[in-house]
Formats: sequence, C-alpha cells, structure tokens
Amino acid sequence: MTDTAQMAAASSARPAVQIIAARLKRRHAAERRFRRTGLAAVVVSLGFLAILLFTILGNGLSAFSQTYVRLDVTLDAETLGIGDQRSADALASANYQGVVKEALYKRFPSVQGRVEKRELAGLVSSGADTDLRRLLAADPGAVGTTHTLWLVADDNVDMAMKGYISRKPGADGNRLSDRQLGWLAELEAEGAVVKRFNSILFSSGDSREPEQAGLWGAVVGSIYSLAITLLVSFPLGVATAVYLEEFAPKNRWTHLIEVNINNLAAVPSVVFGLLGLAVFLNFFGMPRSAPLVGGLVLALICLPTIIIAGRAALKAVPPSIREAATGLGASRLQVVTDHVLPLAMPGILTGTILGMAHALGETAPLLMIGMVAFIVDIPASPLDPSAVLPVQVYLWADSPERAFVERTSAAIIVLLVFLAVMNLGAIWLRKKFEHRW
Amino acid sequence: MAALARAFSPLIPTDFMQLLILTAALALLVVFGYASGQRRALAVAGGNPRLLHSLPRYHGHFVALWCGLPALLVITAWLVLEPTLLRLLVTNALPAEMADQPAERLALFYNEIRNVARHGHAATSDVVADAARHYAGLRQTMFMAVGSLALALAMAGVVFARRRVSPDMRARNRVERVVAVFLVASSTVAIFTTIGIVLSLLFETLRFFQFVPVTEFLFGTSWSPQIAMRADQVGSSGAFGAVPLFAGTLLIAGIAMVVAVPLGLLAAVYMAEYAQPRFRSVVKPLLEVLAGIPTVVYGFFAALTVAPFVRDAGAMLGLSVASESALAAGLVMGIMIIPFVSSLSDDVITAVPRSLREGAYGLGATKSETIKQVVLPAALPGIVGSILLAASRAIGETMIVVMAAGLAANLTANPLEAVTTVTTQIVTLLVGDQEFDSPKTLAAFALGLALFVITLGLNAIALSIVNKYREKYD
Repeated sequence: MTDTAQMAAASSARPAVQIIAARLKRRHAAERRFRRTGLAAVVVSLGFLAILLFTILGNGLSAFSQTYVRLDVTLDAETLGIGDQRSADALASANYQGVVKEALYKRFPSVQGRVEKRELAGLVSSGADTDLRRLLAADPGAVGTTHTLWLVADDNVDMAMKGYISRKPGADGNRLSDRQLGWLAELEAEGAVVKRFNSILFSSGDSREPEQAGLWGAVVGSIYSLAITLLVSFPLGVATAVYLEEFAPKNRWTHLIEVNINNLAAVPSVVFGLLGLAVFLNFFGMPRSAPLVGGLVLALICLPTIIIAGRAALKAVPPSIREAATGLGASRLQVVTDHVLPLAMPGILTGTILGMAHALGETAPLLMIGMVAFIVDIPASPLDPSAVLPVQVYLWADSPERAFVERTSAAIIVLLVFLAVMNLGAIWLRKKFEHRW
Repeated sequence: MAALARAFSPLIPTDFMQLLILTAALALLVVFGYASGQRRALAVAGGNPRLLHSLPRYHGHFVALWCGLPALLVITAWLVLEPTLLRLLVTNALPAEMADQPAERLALFYNEIRNVARHGHAATSDVVADAARHYAGLRQTMFMAVGSLALALAMAGVVFARRRVSPDMRARNRVERVVAVFLVASSTVAIFTTIGIVLSLLFETLRFFQFVPVTEFLFGTSWSPQIAMRADQVGSSGAFGAVPLFAGTLLIAGIAMVVAVPLGLLAAVYMAEYAQPRFRSVVKPLLEVLAGIPTVVYGFFAALTVAPFVRDAGAMLGLSVASESALAAGLVMGIMIIPFVSSLSDDVITAVPRSLREGAYGLGATKSETIKQVVLPAALPGIVGSILLAASRAIGETMIVVMAAGLAANLTANPLEAVTTVTTQIVTLLVGDQEFDSPKTLAAFALGLALFVITLGLNAIALSIVNKYREKYD
C-alpha cells in the first residue's frame, strides 16, 4: 500500500466519521425531541384535567357557605295579618314577608319611599320567612314577641359578600344599588352579617331563588334511580355473564348475543333515552320524570358494562376449580353457584360499581324521559317526579343568575365526590380480593 | 293493608306504599315457604338427609319458587295492564258528551282525571271530580283484588309444593331447570334491547317520513323545525333538511379528533415506551379520569370557561367568534375523548411483540426510530380502530354540544361560527311537553336512527379492523 493510498483512505475516512457523528447527533436530538413531545402530550392532557378541576373548585367551594343577616323581628299579629286567630292554618298562611320587611324598616328608620323600601327589602331572601313559619308553628304563643334571628340574605348580597359582585358604589350594571351597598356596609360594621355553612344546599329541593335552591331532591332522585338500576341490571347482567361464560353452547345464537352486547356498549346514550321515551313512557304509560323510568333506562345502559366485566371475572377463575368441584359430584349449576361465582364476585362487583358510577353521571337519556322538570319537592318514592344530580347541574347551568354559577359548581363537586368514592371503592375491592392464580 | 299504608302516607304516597307492603308480604311468604320446604324434606326423610334425592335446601328452593313465581307473574301482569285497563273503564263510564270528544281532547281530559285522583290536584269541574273518585275507587278495588289473588296463589303454591316433597322428588333438577330458564331469558334481554331500539326508532321514523319526504330529510340544506300553532301563521311550514346538522356534527367531531388524536397517540406512545412503571401507574389512571368525568361537567366547563376564552382570544386577534362557537365545543369534546384514544392505543402498542423492537435495535435504530418505523406501523390497525371508536363517541356525545354548541342550523365549515349537531337537535326537539304526532317530535327519532346507524357502522368497522389484524404476530 502506498502512502498516497493511505492518505486517500485517511482523508475520506475522516469526513465519513464526521458525517456519521453529525448524523448521530441529529438522530439523538430527534430522539430527545420525540420523547419530549410525548411527555408534553401527557402533561397537556393532565393540564386540561387540572384546569377543569381548578375551575370547578374555584367556582364552587364558596357555595358551601351562605350569607345570613341578623335582624330583630317582632312577630306582630297585625303585620302578620292573623288578628286573634292562632290556628295552624292561619299561622301557615300569615304574612311573614311583611314581618321581615317591618324589621328592616325599623332597623333603617330613615328609609322612605317605595323604591327605597323595595331595595331595602331586597337585602333579605324572599324565602327567609321559612324560619319564622317554623318558629310560630312550634310555638303559637310567640306572636307579639321579638326575636333576634339570622335570616338568609338575598343572592346578590351573598355574591357581594363573596366578592363576585363589586362593592364599590357607582359601578355600572351592578345588581346592588349604591344605597343597598351602604346598608350592607352598615350592617356588616355592627357584625350583623356573617357567612355560615350552607345547610340549605343539602336539605332542600330546587328553587328559582339561588339562595334557597338545594341539592337534596336531586340526591334522593339519584339514589332512587341508582337503586332501580342496580336491582334490574345486576341480576340480569350476572345471569347473562354466567350463561354466556359457563353454559352457552358455541353456536350462531350465542354469537349473535355476544355481538349484540358489544354493539349496545357503543350505542350513544341519547339513543337509549329515545328507547325509554318510545317504550317505557309511550307504550307502557309509565310516569314522566320518575326515577323508576330513569333507573330502567340507566339499567339498559350499564347492562353491557356489567356483562363484559362479569365475563372477564368468570373467565379469570381457573378451570381447575370447576374440574375439582365436578369431580366431587357437584352439578353444573352447583359448580357455578358454590365455587365459581364466589371467586368471581369481587371482579363482578368492581365492574358493577364502575357501571353504576357511569350511570350516576349520565344526563342525556334522562332529559329524553322528561327528568328536566322544575321540581321543588323532595321525591318520596321512585314514582314521583324528580331530578337527579347531573340533570340538576344542567338545569342550574342554564339559569342566568350569577349565584347559580356557584351552585352549579357546588353540585358538580358533590357529583364528583360521589363518583370518586365509588371509583375508589371499586379500586379497593379489586386490590383487596385480587387473586393471582 | 290500606290502613297501614295510610299511616305512612305523610312520608310515602299511598299507592307506592301499598305495593311495598304487598311485596314485603310476598317476600315473607317466600322465606316461610323456603323454611317449611326444607323442614318438610328433613321430616319425610326421618331426619336423615342422605335418604333424600336432593339436599333439603333444594326442597326449600322448590317450595319457595312455587310460592313466589306465580304471584310475581300476576303482579307484573297487573302492573303492565293497569294503566290501559283503568283508562278503558274510566273513559267508558264518562257521560256520553264527554266520551264523544276527539281522541286528543279525551287524552288530556283523562290526564286531568288521573292527576286529580293520584296527585291530589284540584278538580276543575264536577265531572272530573266524579271521574277521579271513580278512578281512585276502581284502582283501589283492582289493587285489592290483585293483591289478594297474588297472596292466595303464593299460599296455595306453598301448600301444593309442600305436599309434593318426598325423598324421591328430584327437587334439585327442577330448581336447576328454572334457574337455567332464567339464565337464558336474561341473556336475551340484550337482544330485546337492540330490537326495541331499532323498532321504536324505525316506527317513529316511518311516521315522520309520512310528513316529510326521505330525500328532503337526507339532502335538504335548511333546518327549522319550528311549526306554527295555527295554519295561517307566517313561515309555518317548517323545514327538515338534516344536512346542516350532519355537517355541524362532523365539524365539531372533527375538531375534537384534531385535539384528541395527536395528544392521545403521543401520550400513549410515551406511556407505553418511555414512562417508568411508577410514572405510568400514577398517570394512566389520572388520564382515565378524563373519561370518567360526567359529560354534563364538560358541558358546563365549555360554556362557562372555554367558550368565553375562545371568544376573547379571537377578539384579540381581530376575529369575530360566535359565543357558542364550534371550536369551543370541539376543543372540550377533544379533551374528553383523549383517554379513548390513549388507552386503546396504549394497549395495542404494548401488544407489539418485543422481537420486532429488538430487531430494529439490532440494526442500530434509536428508540424513536423504532417506534416510528416499526412499532407504530405494526400497531396501526389497532390505532385506527381506537380512533374510529373515539370518533363514534364524539359523534354520539350529547351534553357538551347541548350546553356549548348553538341551536341555529348554519351550514358552514368555519369553526368560529355557531353550528348545531344531531344530538343537540334530538334533545331540543324532545325536551318539554309535546304531542306525539307532530313532525317536530318525530324528527328527533329520525335523527336518532341516523345517529344509531352511523355509530353502529363506525363501531363495526373499528372492531373488524382490530379483529382482522389482531393475531398477526402471535
């Protein structure tokens, strides 16, 4: 080999190494970029979740407290408009609003004129008289006495106290007038305005007045609906899973059922609502807006989930268990009920809880069967008209008052807490009873 | 029983309470039947269960089934038939001039009677009050008759079945046969549900097409389902061309896919190929939380936060954005379906065999090159399947678009304008009280049928792609 040849080889080799090194650098940079893009996608997705939860929490947490105003209320028989009557009927229909207004006029004696008086009365909720009614119903002798009471404030006052409405006088488009802001400041200075835990939210039904609107009716409606769903879908789902996994022959019919179940799992829930409307309401004449119908529709929706989870759990039980039981003389049904089902039950229950959680958050099919009515009463049975939690969220989200934004978020928080508890329960169940065969 | 029910009536309505009491009585009888069958079996065997063909508990089940099943059938049949029967009897007993009203008026009138009788509404006339009393009386009598019949059947069942208990009786086989019938019957519920969906949608859709031609529905470009109450009002015809709805649905679902597919796919790749097991075990469930949040929450989020944000951002750039823009609804829907893409894709990427990866590493490929050139092509069918499933989710999603998308049927491809979707229209057309013969309500069923067919088709394609290529490397 000559020197020139060696030199040629060296000179061509060096650029080749450099080219490879440069390319390797590029490739590694591309590798890092790709990896970072993937991580970014995960972070962005989780970021959305965080923003969502922060928005809801930020909007909703303040709804768990409510502003109350202290007033010296005189239960004057004349203002109440009951004269000498003290019967329960007379007390029930007495003019409690008037008493509350009188108390306000007495507190601010300088207020004159109809407009000003109406503004003053607007500080206290128009539903604040419920406490007074209860007080007199318990003790009719209290007529004529004076009581120091904490009354529920109007939603605008509540919003101002929580900082959602500007308290600077003269602000444009403010829901509270400058005079009202002045009275509020005066009351607050003497400690007659406080924020307390909002028990109304958890004890009453829906209302047009945000400060009187509660979730309890919706919670009860949800409980009734879910109870019906569970009663219907759990036995049917488990029976179907057992049949398909343990008894069914492999033939066209079984295949048809399996395909059907998989398809049902993918049908949009609003279509199930149409089914409920056409079949349960129009054909069978069941009551509109009732948790009974809602529960039935939800049962059909979460049936595929339960069946699929149930089959997976049954499949996970090793055949040796079945063979051992059969060898000891158990019948096929005994093998299933006495051995396979108990072992598969944690898995089935996990699937059922997840299905129920899904049903709890379902809204669209319930709108179809009329569960969007404005219902004040707490439902007493699954046949009464009722709202459910997600529908209540939908209804409140549609209301224009600022205070309902807060209430809606609070309703969502309650809904999410229920869902979290159910999901954690399912996870706990899976962890505790998980078998590795 | 009525007295007992009335005692609870302040808390629970009487009719529901009566049913509860009847059920409870029946349940007690069943338990009693079970115990008595079991004891009877032991007694006929002289206390030695080995002399029996079936274990005592099967004799118990046998008696309990004879006790409960016939009674349950009677009660169910009554619950199904009651409304029709009551309606027939009450309307027949109405004075002649009332009974001769047109069918819709009669239905309204009957509704009033029922409300007076069952919910204590105030009666508007004496005829209504009389009819309501008649209704309540009939209902009570019928309930008593059916309740007594059910309980009598239950008791007769116990007596009859107890008599048949003997050492040779094959109680287990009989009970198992009943259970087998129950199992088979349950498994057909899924089929009946599908048949129910198809039939109810098809039936109402056919009625809709008597008002509106099929071609106008499928190819018409104008949608305004409002129909005037009186015939002489202006613009009363109503237009049922569904093309703007399909276009709006595609636009919003398309925006959702543009958000969800890259994010979901990249997240899936990162989780499957790069993430440490601990990171994965925390982040994967967190991502799936996105799919577990109720859609009404997303709808609220879209309407309250995202839509104003999009509008303000557009205004800063000098664009005019509708306050119910397709973009806002699509963005939020995209966030919701990220986990549908990422979870399924993650599974198929993990399922690509190691040997393929190692082959690529052996040839000197970096990890990202292996993923891009080997793993993703191998997992492509599964990924396509997951994307199609997510798309069908997006098309069928209702609450987000009901709360955040508009109601005006604009035929546009501009994501900054408001569009409406199939699901939004279904909800809008059906919420509230409507008579059931107007094309307006029937249109909702036609839209529902279209939705059902489209999502079913997408799912069928997705599943067939996944299944066809699934076992390629096994």
